This record gives sequence, structure tokens and C-alpha cells, in this order.
Amino acid sequence: MTSDTATTATGTTDTTDTTDRPRSVIDKIWDQHVVAELDDDTSLLHIDRILLHDRSGGLALRAVRDEGRQLFDRDLVFGTMDHVVDTRPGRDDRTPVPGGAMFIDAFRAEARHQGVTLFDIADPRQGISHVVFPEQGIALPGTTMICADSHTPTLGGIGALAWGVGVTECEHALATQTLAIRRPATMLARFEGTPGDRVVAKDLILALIASIGAGGATGHAIEFAGSAISALGVEARMTLCNMAVEAGARTGVVAPDEKLLDYLKGRPYAPVGPAWDQAARAWLDLRSDHAAPYDRTTTLQVDGLGPQVTWGTSPQHATGIDSFVPHPDELADPAAARRALDYMDLRPGTALSSVAIDAAYLGSCTNARLSDLRIAADVLRGHRVAEGVTAICVPGSTAVRRAAEAEGLDRVFVDAGFQWRESGCGLCFYAGGDRFPAGARVISSTNRNFENRQGPGVRTHLASPATVAASALAGRLADPRER
Amino acid sequence: MSTVQPFHQVTGIAAPLLRANIDTDAIAPSRFRPASLSKYGYEAALFAGLRFDEDGAERPDFVLNQPPYRNAVALVVGPNFGCGSSRETAVWALRDFGIRAVIAPTFGSIFETNCLRNGLLPLSLPPAEHQRLADETFAPTASAHLTIDLDTCRVAAADGPQHTFTIDERSRRQLLSGLDTIGETLLLRETITRFRTRDRHRRPWNYPTRSTTPEGPTDG
Ligand code: SF4
Repeated sequence: MTSDTATTATGTTDTTDTTDRPRSVIDKIWDQHVVAELDDDTSLLHIDRILLHDRSGGLALRAVRDEGRQLFDRDLVFGTMDHVVDTRPGRDDRTPVPGGAMFIDAFRAEARHQGVTLFDIADPRQGISHVVFPEQGIALPGTTMICADSHTPTLGGIGALAWGVGVTECEHALATQTLAIRRPATMLARFEGTPGDRVVAKDLILALIASIGAGGATGHAIEFAGSAISALGVEARMTLCNMAVEAGARTGVVAPDEKLLDYLKGRPYAPVGPAWDQAARAWLDLRSDHAAPYDRTTTLQVDGLGPQVTWGTSPQHATGIDSFVPHPDELADPAAARRALDYMDLRPGTALSSVAIDAAYLGSCTNARLSDLRIAADVLRGHRVAEGVTAICVPGSTAVRRAAEAEGLDRVFVDAGFQWRESGCGLCFYAGGDRFPAGARVISSTNRNFENRQGPGVRTHLASPATVAASALAGRLADPRER
Repeated sequence: MSTVQPFHQVTGIAAPLLRANIDTDAIAPSRFRPASLSKYGYEAALFAGLRFDEDGAERPDFVLNQPPYRNAVALVVGPNFGCGSSRETAVWALRDFGIRAVIAPTFGSIFETNCLRNGLLPLSLPPAEHQRLADETFAPTASAHLTIDLDTCRVAAADGPQHTFTIDERSRRQLLSGLDTIGETLLLRETITRFRTRDRHRRPWNYPTRSTTPEGPTDG
């Protein structure tokens, strides 16, 4: 290990790379970003990327300016339009979200005024933040990144520490390129074994959240590891990290490996030439040392794990699709479970595969990358969505949409009866615009099944792209292995 | 400069909302929009889905619509309060309603930081103690009054015993002073710049200049 201890003006020590004790990937990235140790467990961390979106980007940028401050380093700030943009074909600046135009206009104006790179609505690089920034090579391994969005941990899939913040924290990072934060506790989540056919990252993470609970990783940064994780593609790792926050974690990460290097090479903002070689070596060094300490370890055996689906209003309310709606009294919080079943209009003991659906949604930062679309298309190819089911596909980015079209996936979706839309957050969350009808039951590849998340009274069942596709065809919650 | 209201001692009505996992969208629904891009003006967004019916009329069964709770300055809530979306509007809505402190066994972590940045105290107590405080505050004979003292880190129901809570010293100091945290960090500007000089040398790829490629790759 190299040693480059340096003493800073405040007398604090830069601990970068100086220790021989075994460290996890989380510790290594953290240590490399400590600008100063403050008090308690709090460090001033350098933030390598500040990622903005239409919903809060304008407010954060304007707040900096209103305070008479400047961006510390505008080259490390990037933005995209995703939350309030229309996803219907032929869209323009108009949005079904009431007041949405104000957010779009303000963000565009502030980004222009302050010199921030913005992937605007008509830009071929536009899309959902957490999809676009890895796709462009803006999100890189070993970096620290923040975005005013709780699913920023998605970027942990490329071996980075990334987390969601509020607007005021975002403003702090914009003005100082740092954040003062407490070191999170660490948790190692090992997934060992080989899951069943058509069982994908979404099923793994739903099974973990069901086992540890929606608050089970509160305050922790999770490293996902084990044979089942090494076997996952990089996009699938993003799905996994995307939902770390649904277990209460601050963030999630999968350590870099060769597969990741293959994924990143040649992306527009990724380093090239000798800089690439140097970076690639440094990234592989970020892997956790043998015997690295964690505050907690949990292991999930995934041999024979089947597709998962949620039955309630918290991501922890997940179980096998071939199973039954549980009885509240058998659960840790019976009152909450009863309330959830009431909202979901489900009875204990009902076979999940008998529950009829009104709609199927394939989209979001969780599961709308090219690999997700391919998985769903495999199930759909040559079939038609069941009578009366509204089926919608919203690709995670414009680049994903175009890539899918280049290989003819759009035809598969359209021929099956899916709407094929422009990229954005769309119906993943209800912001006053697009929504499913009240009371509608939706099988959804998104990450939150909270009450009213996809519209007032809408009942969301979370599942993988394969399960969404199989259910759309069957008109009920359906096991993709039966297709 | 942006400052927040300092927090020393708060006495007043507490309202109970003891359900687990109340998410930020329930606290301030996403569909609610202020008239302008601002961090203020979110009072009506607070628990809008629970507090008001479709026509905007108050739902009498919701706790904050009932006396004395409509004057609440604190909420006593269930575990994992403020989970979900990072939206800071949840905190702005609480603040604009007049809430100064939220008392829970655990909080969603982004929400907790957002509270601190806006002068709200996210007060966590171990589950058993949290339950005792709730019992003492909301017993049929109790007045639903609480006193929270951040100088001494104590909380008590009127006529109830004191419970000591912990909060990290930095957060406590910031709440007590209503400090401008950006201004504080900018005092370290030279330290930050020195770090970046070293870091740029060590990890040059972390400091991209603008992309020369107009378009992203076509494989997702
Ligand atoms: S797709 Fe959904 S979860 Fe992801 S950033 Fe958009 S609204 Fe949030």
C-alpha cells in the first residue's frame, strides 16, 4: 500500500491509503474522501459528483445564488430532466404534472446561468438520473456522489458511494464540494448460491428486505457480496443497490471487478488511454480486504429462491409469488399488516397467483435498463397482454429506448399491447399528473409500494421485470417460470 | 445568510402518530406544490392526504385536526419515521405547521439530516423508553404537554419523569446556534482546496473536463 499522509491546515490528518488494517470497499472509498475530521464521527467528505434533477435542481441552484455564493466546481455538477417530464410519445416541455413547468423552466435557466451540464428533454442523453449517470460514465467507481433523490444509492452498482440528500444538503455540496457527515455503520449482505430460473436481482433484494425489514439496515452502508452477486451483471447490481434504501440503508455498494471495467470502458465521460489504465488498477484495489470488519453481517442462501412479489404497502411485505397472502397475526407488526391488507384489499390465505391485476408497469430507476427490457421482452415475445390490462413500458433513459429500438424490443412490447413511452420517472410516483385510476391493482417493476405512490388509492405490487411481464399476459399476479 | 431558528427549550402540546414507517410522501404529498420555487409555504401540505378530504375539508378523525393537537409543537411518532423519498418538503411542512421536534425510536436517515438542517430536532429514544414517554404524555389523565430541553438533553411529559436523550455534539451545537453550516464549512476552503490538489494528482480521472462526445453509447 502506498503511503501519502499529509497534515492539513486544521491539524487533522489525511488518512488516505495509510493503514494496513483490513478494510472494506466502503472504508476505502470513505478514507480517500476525508478532507478533514470534524468532531464526533463526522468527517468533511469531498463529493466527486453532484447530480441534479428537474424536481429540485432549480431550487438548489437558485438557493446557492440567492445566498450570494457560487458553485465550488461546476465541472462536477450534472443534471437531467426526469421527475416531472411527460413520458407520452411526442412530448415537449409541457407536462401533466401541475406546476411542473415551473420546475423545468427554473432548472434549465439556473443550469444555463451557472454553467451546469444538463441533459435536457430533447437531449439523447436524457433519462432517469440513476440510469443516465452510469450510462454516460459520469458516475465512476470509487467516487462519492449525491443527488437530491433517495434512490441515488443505485450508483453503488458501479462500486461508488452514493446517497440521497435533501435540497439544503445539496446546496451545501454545490457551494463547498463537501458534506459533513457521520461515518455510517457497515453491513455485509452476502448472497450465496444460485437462484432459480427467471429469478433476478429484484427478487434477491426483495427477499433481503423481507428478511431484515424496511428499517433493518437503518444507518448502515451495505456491501453486497457473495457468489450470487458476482454472477450478476452490472445493471442488475444497480437494481440491488437501488433498493438498499428500502431497507433503511444510507447506501449500498458492490465492489468493482473486471465485469464492471468492461461495462465502463468507452463510456463518454470515462477516462481513456493511460488514465484508464491507472484508474482501472485503482478501482480493482477498492475490493474489500480479506477479514475486513463490518458492524453487521447477514447471509442469504438463494439456492432455489423463487420470484418475489409484495402483497402489502411496504417493500418488506414481500414473499414468493407461489405463496399466499400472510395472516397479520403471524407477522411482527399485526396492526400495520392489517392496515396494509385493508389498503391492498387482500385477504389472508389468498393464493397470490390468483390475484387479478388492472395494470402492469415496466419502468423506473430500479428496473428499466436495457437488460430489464430484454428480460421482459423474452417473456412477452409472441404473446398478448390479457384483456383489460393497461400495460406501460417507460425505458430508463432515452439511450436505453434507442438501444431497445435498435434490437427490435419496442416491437415486442407494442405487439404484446404495451405502451412504448419516452423516458422519465413517469408513473413510478404520483406528482399530481399521470396516475393509475384509484383502486387499480398494478404489478410494477418500481421500488415503492407505499399507499398512494402511483396514484391515490392505487395498489402496487412490486416485482421483477419478468414477473411484471408474465402477470401482464396472465391478467393476474403470475410466476414467470410458468411462461 | 440562511439561518434557522435556534433550538433551546420547547414546551407545548405533543401529538401522537404512533404508526411505524410513515414515509415522507405521507408527511407531505408529492402532488402539493407551492406557488413559487421556495423552501417556505408548505403548511397546507402537512399530512394533506390524512388531514383533508378530496374537497380540502378537514377530516375530523385526524389527530392534528383535533384540539388540543392542532397547536402541537412536537410529534411523538413510530419507528422509521420519514422513510422514503428524500423530499425536504416533508420537513418544511412540519416546520411551517409549527412543529419543532419529532420524537421517534428511529428515523429515515435523509429525513433526520433534513430536520437538523432546518432547525427541527429529530429526537430518538430507545423503543421501551419511547413507549414510556408516549404513555406518560398521552395517558387519559395527562395533558399532552411535553418539555424538551436541548441544553440538558432531557425530555419529559408535564408531571412526568425526565428522560435523557442523546444527540451527536455537532448536531446539538448547530441546533442550539441555528448556525449556517455552509458558511462554517467555507471557513475550511483552503483545506478543501489543498485536498483537491492532492486528490487530482492521485485520482485525475475524478476531475473530468467536459465531454467531447455529443451523445451517449447506444448500448444501455
Ligand atoms: S424512477 Fe421513481 S424511484 Fe426512481 S428516481 Fe424516478 S420517481 Fe424516484
